[in-house]
Amino acid sequence: MALSIEDIKKVSHLARIEVSDSDAAATLTKLTGILGLIEQMQAVDTTGIVPMSHSQDLSQRLRDDVVTKTNLRDEFQKNAPALGNGSTEQAVAGGLYLVPKVIE
Amino acid sequence: MINSSLKKLGDMLQAKKISSVELTQTFMARISQYNPSINAYISLDDAKTLAQAKAADVQIAAGNITPLTGIPIAQKDIFCAKGWRTTCGSKMLENFIAPYDAHIITQFDAVGAVNLGKTNMDEFAMGSSNETSYFGGVKNPWGFDRVPGGSSGGSAAAVAARLCAAATGTDTGGSIRQPASLCGLTGLKPTYGVVSRFGMIAFASSLDQAGPMAKSAEDCALMMNVMAGFDERDSTSLNRAKEDYSKELNKPYLNKPLAGLKVGLPKEFFSEGLDARVAKVIETAIAEYTKLGAEIVEISLPNTGLSIPVYYVLAPAEASSNLSRYDGVRYGHRAAEYTDLMDMYNKSRAEGFGAEVKRRILIGTYVLSAGYYDAYYLKAQQIRRLIAQDFTEAFKKCDVIMGPAAPSTAFKAGEKVDDPVAMYLQDIYTISTNLAGLPGMSVPAGFAQSDDGKALPVGLQIIGNYFDEARMLNVAHQYQQVTDWHVQTPDLSLLEGKA
Repeated sequence: MALSIEDIKKVSHLARIEVSDSDAAATLTKLTGILGLIEQMQAVDTTGIVPMSHSQDLSQRLRDDVVTKTNLRDEFQKNAPALGNGSTEQAVAGGLYLVPKVIE
Repeated sequence: MINSSLKKLGDMLQAKKISSVELTQTFMARISQYNPSINAYISLDDAKTLAQAKAADVQIAAGNITPLTGIPIAQKDIFCAKGWRTTCGSKMLENFIAPYDAHIITQFDAVGAVNLGKTNMDEFAMGSSNETSYFGGVKNPWGFDRVPGGSSGGSAAAVAARLCAAATGTDTGGSIRQPASLCGLTGLKPTYGVVSRFGMIAFASSLDQAGPMAKSAEDCALMMNVMAGFDERDSTSLNRAKEDYSKELNKPYLNKPLAGLKVGLPKEFFSEGLDARVAKVIETAIAEYTKLGAEIVEISLPNTGLSIPVYYVLAPAEASSNLSRYDGVRYGHRAAEYTDLMDMYNKSRAEGFGAEVKRRILIGTYVLSAGYYDAYYLKAQQIRRLIAQDFTEAFKKCDVIMGPAAPSTAFKAGEKVDDPVAMYLQDIYTISTNLAGLPGMSVPAGFAQSDDGKALPVGLQIIGNYFDEARMLNVAHQYQQVTDWHVQTPDLSLLEGKA
C-alpha cells in the first residue's frame, strides 16, 4: 500500500502531531521505507493462527476493591507546564489544570 | 577498585576497608573527569547521591549489610526516582521531576544501594545508537567516534568507562544486549514479567523489560537479586517465589563445568548480514564452550527475519497508545504559542518529541487506524506466535541458544541516523526474544578489528528458556572463569576535552 501526502496529514492529525507542509515530504519518504520493511509480513500465510498479544498467556490478575493510592495531587501539579501564550505561570488553578476553552 | 567486582566491593565495605562515601566519591570524581566528553549521564545530583552513601555507611556500621549496600549504581533515565529529574531522553520531559519511585528504585533504596545518577538513552528508548537522545549522543569508551549502542547507551558507556559499579537498563527490542555487546559488558534482559515495570516510562508495554548491565555475570546475578520480584502495581508482574540468581553460579561439577549442556546454534543467526569478523569471534567463543563440556546442536529459528517487520508494527502501535499521555496538559512540554486546544496538542507534541519518536507514533497510529488493523496489527500478532513457537521447538533440542548479540561492532556516530531501516537491522538477533518474552544476555566474547584498525568489543548472546536466568548466568559465569574478555577496559587517556 503506497502512502500519500494525504495519508501523512490524516495520520498526523489522528496522532495529534503537527507535520508542516515542508516536513511532510521527508516524513512520507521515511515512513514509506519503514512500511516497505513491514510489508514482508504479507508473504506469510497466517490462516488459523491465534494472535499473540502477550508473551505469557495469563488472564488479568484481580485484586480487592480497596483504595491503594494516596492523593498526590499537589506533588503532581508541581510538574504542570507553563500556561503559554505569553504567560510563564504554571497552568494550574485551584487544584485543576488550565487548558484553552473547549466548550463554546 | 573501580574494576572490582560487586562481591569484592561488598566485602571491602563489610570489612570497613573503605566506606560507601569514599567509594561513591571515587566514581563521582571519575564522572566529573570523563562525563563532560562521554555524556553517559543526563542528570547528576551530588547532594542526593552523597546522602545515600552516608546513610549506607550508617547502615553498614550497624551491621546491617546486604550485597549491594553502599554500592554506587547508575540508573537509566527511564526509571522514575522521586525528586530526580526523569527525562527518558526527551525534550518532552526535560523539566519533569519524578513524584514517586519506580519499583526497582524502591528495591535498590531498600538495600541501601547508592543512586549515582540518571543515564543517557535514546529518546523514549527508541533507538539503537543513543543518537535520538535530546541530551546528545554518548561516546563509546572503546572508540570515541563510535556509538555505544542503544537505547541503554548511557548505562553501557558508564559501566564500560567505570563511571559506576553497575547500571540498570531496559530492553524492548535489544536495548540492554546490543549496547552491552558494543561496549564489552555483561547485560541481561530477564523473562518478561520478572522485573516490575512500575515507574518505568512505557514504550511498548508487552515487550519492555528491565535488567542489569554490569562487568560480569556474577555482578548481574547480584543486581537481579535486587531487581526481580513480584509487584502487584504492575499488572503483568509474575507472582513467583523470590529467587536467588547467584545459586547456580558455582554449581559443583564432576568432570567439566558445563558437561552435558546442549547449546543450540540457530543457522539464521549466522547467515547474510553478519559481519565476518564478528562471526569469527562468536565461533571462537562457541569453541571455548565445547572445551567446557557443552554439546553443540544445530537448530533453526525460521521466522527470525520476520521479527523486525513484526516488531515495527507492534512496538510503534503500543508506543502510539502509551505516548498519547504527553498532551501538554498536566506535565511535559507545552507549546509556548497556540490558538486552541487542538493546536496546543499538535504543537506541544510536534515540539516535544524528536524525529524518530514522531515517526514511530505515526507508524503506530497508521497501523491501528480504521481499515488497516487486520492487515498490520493482527497479522503481526499472528506472526509473533510463529516466532515464539520457533523457540518452543528449538528448546526441545537444546538448553540454551547462542549466537551474536549484534550483527556488527560499534558503528560510527552519524553513520545510520538518516536511515531508520538500517538502524532497525541492528536488532535482528535480539528482537525475537522480546517478542517471545524469553530471557537473553550479551557476554563479552572478544574483539574484532574495525576498518580503521580499532579493536572493538563483540558480545555473545545467550538466550534461555522462560525463567532460566540462573542457569544462563551460570553458563556465562563458567565462560568468564576461563576467559578474560569481560575484565578488559578501554583506554580513556586519549579522550578529548577531559578535565
